[in-house]
Amino acid sequence: MARPPSRRPGYNRKAQYGLFASYVVAVSGAALGLLMVLVAMFDPTGFSAIRAVASEVTAPLSTALNSMVSGIGTIDERIAAYWRAGSQNITLRRQVEADRNAIIEAKAVKQENLRLKKLLRLVDTDDSQVLAARLISSSSGSTRRFARLNAGRMQGVRPGMPVRAPEGLIGRVLFTSPNTAEVLLLTDTSNIVPVRRAQDNVPAISTGLGDGSVEVRALSAGRNPFHPGDVVVTSGIGGIYQPNIPVAVIVRVEGEISYGIPLANAARVEAVVVERPFEQVVTRQEGAAERQPADDAAGNEAAAAP
Amino acid sequence: MIDRRMQHVPRLGRTPSRFRLVGTPIITVMLGSMATMAPIIAQSPVLPPFGLLALLAWRLLRPEMWRAWIALPLGLFDDMASGQPIGSAVFLWTIVLIAIDFVEQRLIWRDYWHDWLIAGLAIIFCTLGGMAFAGMTGGGMVRLMLVLPQICWSILLFPFVARQCAWIDRWRVMA
Repeated sequence: MARPPSRRPGYNRKAQYGLFASYVVAVSGAALGLLMVLVAMFDPTGFSAIRAVASEVTAPLSTALNSMVSGIGTIDERIAAYWRAGSQNITLRRQVEADRNAIIEAKAVKQENLRLKKLLRLVDTDDSQVLAARLISSSSGSTRRFARLNAGRMQGVRPGMPVRAPEGLIGRVLFTSPNTAEVLLLTDTSNIVPVRRAQDNVPAISTGLGDGSVEVRALSAGRNPFHPGDVVVTSGIGGIYQPNIPVAVIVRVEGEISYGIPLANAARVEAVVVERPFEQVVTRQEGAAERQPADDAAGNEAAAAP
Repeated sequence: MIDRRMQHVPRLGRTPSRFRLVGTPIITVMLGSMATMAPIIAQSPVLPPFGLLALLAWRLLRPEMWRAWIALPLGLFDDMASGQPIGSAVFLWTIVLIAIDFVEQRLIWRDYWHDWLIAGLAIIFCTLGGMAFAGMTGGGMVRLMLVLPQICWSILLFPFVARQCAWIDRWRVMA
């Protein structure tokens, strides 16, 4: 293709000025874009209102698409399951036997817990759940890991609320629009979760790596206490996440850092549960009048955290 | 008077509506940006930037159609749809269009391979730039290996997108 002639206006003054003006607009627009990015460096959720408009408009379509194709993500799993059906069946049977005993033990422990709590006069009503919703789309082209929830401010979702699935932690709400909410996934590089090892309370910090895994760093000095196969759960420190939500299983240990795979795969879960921030659950007995300011404070604190 | 049944048959001398001429490319790019609406909960950046691919395809196919500032509104729309910080695509896409303008002045003759090379460089620039911006605005730095697959198949996908745009373009100018 030959060079297009229109870029060189020749002696036509008006065309020359027009071309020049278009470049002035383009360059100043680009500078403005850069400025917006710089503003976002200091206030990551500053322009969330602009994005909220887009998510509001596209949410119905995403929801419709989501309901049509649910199940595609697990197709490989199903094929693999057929392949090893026989041996898998035996293993699963054994697993069920073992789990049954564990469940009976756990029930006994739960009863004992209840009794001890009554003894201590601790109030522990579990109405921390706000609602169940679906993840409908995600930032699949970006290096950040956001997902969109099909419930928002009007359904009671607030920034900072933890989001979990039955299998484990998914992330927390970053900002909301009237009918959708943006969830910062556990695997995002800015999502830091205080965790502990499930069996012996070794405290650690889990940070997302952006590629579907997390890195877990122990808070204690000395050699890395983690081994492949260890399960980490939330510790409740920081006041956002409830304690004992399963987070990840360690798969690889390299020096100081352990790498883990989240137990709840955001691509596979059918529905997620939005919960109240943990601190709010603990300090809720003061009455409904004081709940509102606490609500806002928790939201602001969480929004400022990343 | 033309026969009523011949109304939808392309004919010489008829011009399509202004909306079709101007709006089609813009709508194509916006649809490309909206690919993130697909119900995929991705664990890593996997989806090619279809908006950018469409923008490059149209720009290289029809150099006289757009001035460089068209990337401002289209980039803003892309930022709203992708998870990137607002302003990221506004900046990167405009820089790319200005750069293409200047490269085009230097090249005397531009063919298919030049187009692919230009698009490839633009894709690499935008992906790495987007990664840097996402990292600066609170994301933290990620490894380069994470975006390498995305860059690869975006470059490989460009000829396909260019072909689709050319196909749409034939419909666009045909009355």
